[in-house]
Amino acid sequence: MSRSAIVMDADRVGRSLARIAHEIIEHNRTLDDVALVGIRARGVPIAARLAARLKEIAGADVPTGALDITLYRDDLMRHQVSPQPVVRRTEIPFSIDGRRILLVDDVLYTGRTIRAALDALIDFGRPSAIQLVVLIDRGHRELPIRADYVGKNVPTSRQQSVNVRLMEIDGRDEVEVEAES
Amino acid sequence: MTTATALRSRHLLGIAELDPGEIQLVLDTALAMKEIGTRAIKKVPTLRGRTVVNLFFEASTRTRLSFELAEKRLSADTLGVTVAGSSVSKGETLADTARTLEAMAPDVIVLRHGSSGAPHQLARVCKASIVNAGDGMHEHPTQALLDAFTMIEHKGRLAGLRVTIIGDLLHSRVLRSNALLLTRMGADVTVCGPPTLMPLGLERLGVTVMHSIDAAIEGADVVMMLRVQFERMHGLFLPSVREYFSLFGLTPERLARAAPDVIVMHPGPMNRGVEIDSAVADGPWSVILEQVANGLAVRMAVLYLLAGEGDT
Repeated sequence: MSRSAIVMDADRVGRSLARIAHEIIEHNRTLDDVALVGIRARGVPIAARLAARLKEIAGADVPTGALDITLYRDDLMRHQVSPQPVVRRTEIPFSIDGRRILLVDDVLYTGRTIRAALDALIDFGRPSAIQLVVLIDRGHRELPIRADYVGKNVPTSRQQSVNVRLMEIDGRDEVEVEAES
Repeated sequence: MTTATALRSRHLLGIAELDPGEIQLVLDTALAMKEIGTRAIKKVPTLRGRTVVNLFFEASTRTRLSFELAEKRLSADTLGVTVAGSSVSKGETLADTARTLEAMAPDVIVLRHGSSGAPHQLARVCKASIVNAGDGMHEHPTQALLDAFTMIEHKGRLAGLRVTIIGDLLHSRVLRSNALLLTRMGADVTVCGPPTLMPLGLERLGVTVMHSIDAAIEGADVVMMLRVQFERMHGLFLPSVREYFSLFGLTPERLARAAPDVIVMHPGPMNRGVEIDSAVADGPWSVILEQVANGLAVRMAVLYLLAGEGDT
């Protein structure tokens, strides 16, 4: 029997993203050279929502892309007997050279996904800076990586799992912390 | 049909061994791989530290280069072995070569061989994953996959698509692999060629056989021309090249019977003026060069998917 708790409902997810959008405007003097890149899968709709918020608040059209990090994973070729993860499409329809990139993901955990995403991004060009946006920071970092914008810090144990559900993919907005049975 | 999440085998020996879900998985993965070719740095670190041997017992330019580049874009270390000459006893040579290669512990062996079934034989004796890059008159699975990928890019689907394949059906592994793949994915396949270059039992592949090129082209969404393989013809298959062209060559006039948005494909290398008129090969219908570009993406997908498989 696993116990689970909803740590964010739809309302809180919405308010957190609105707050992050304001923080982005506060920390970046101009949005002219900023672009959002969401990490597949759930970083992509979060990036799209932030873009919509930035448009609402500051009237800025921030270009938005999607990044699949599968081919850069550090655990990819280490498990001889497991099937390969499915590779999805990366779509960054703008040059990242000289831009400030806001890298967006749903959960920050070990930091390994972000490490892979940084490697992937650098292959597209040389951004002037990369900032990290996450909806949930659950701790337990294994690499020297931290987020610049955090929706909510959720203390967890390694045995728990954090499930972010988003309207665009899962039909509703919520964040659940689930204990391993 | 649901898309598979993995390939069941660690070898790609032929389309015959793939189910529709696995075919779809390769095509979906190829779509992601194609994007890599548009980047500033056209390389990903995925197969770092893996060794791929390209073992080619038959002449090949585009397939060999395409595999080599696909391997390099995935950061694999590659070795090329080109074995020239046909006087060697093929069975012995293959077994000997396989033993030698095994000592170098490659992860993948890409094999092109003149004998049908050579990759299957290699798969039984080698620990490495085997990719069939064309075996005799049997199969050429990556060609069929890249053809399907190109058709989907233009037509958005395979199911219900009317595909006509014309030419030297007897010697063509491209035909076999394409017929297997396309019928499996629900396309409607018609084949046409001279009776002397038509193997018995073609209908068993699930295709419609026609002898008139005009009837075969009527309403086609895709026309695929096969190369006349003179190098495999050791008898009197054709009276003359000129007669072949007049009866089975693809000209703009003949193509007018196809669907208005028809695309023309050819696995290459082309014999201009034999199976295809230059006006068609270089015309607006032709997607022949796109096929080459897509081959790279499809081969990257295959190498990626095979690298994660288990010991089955």
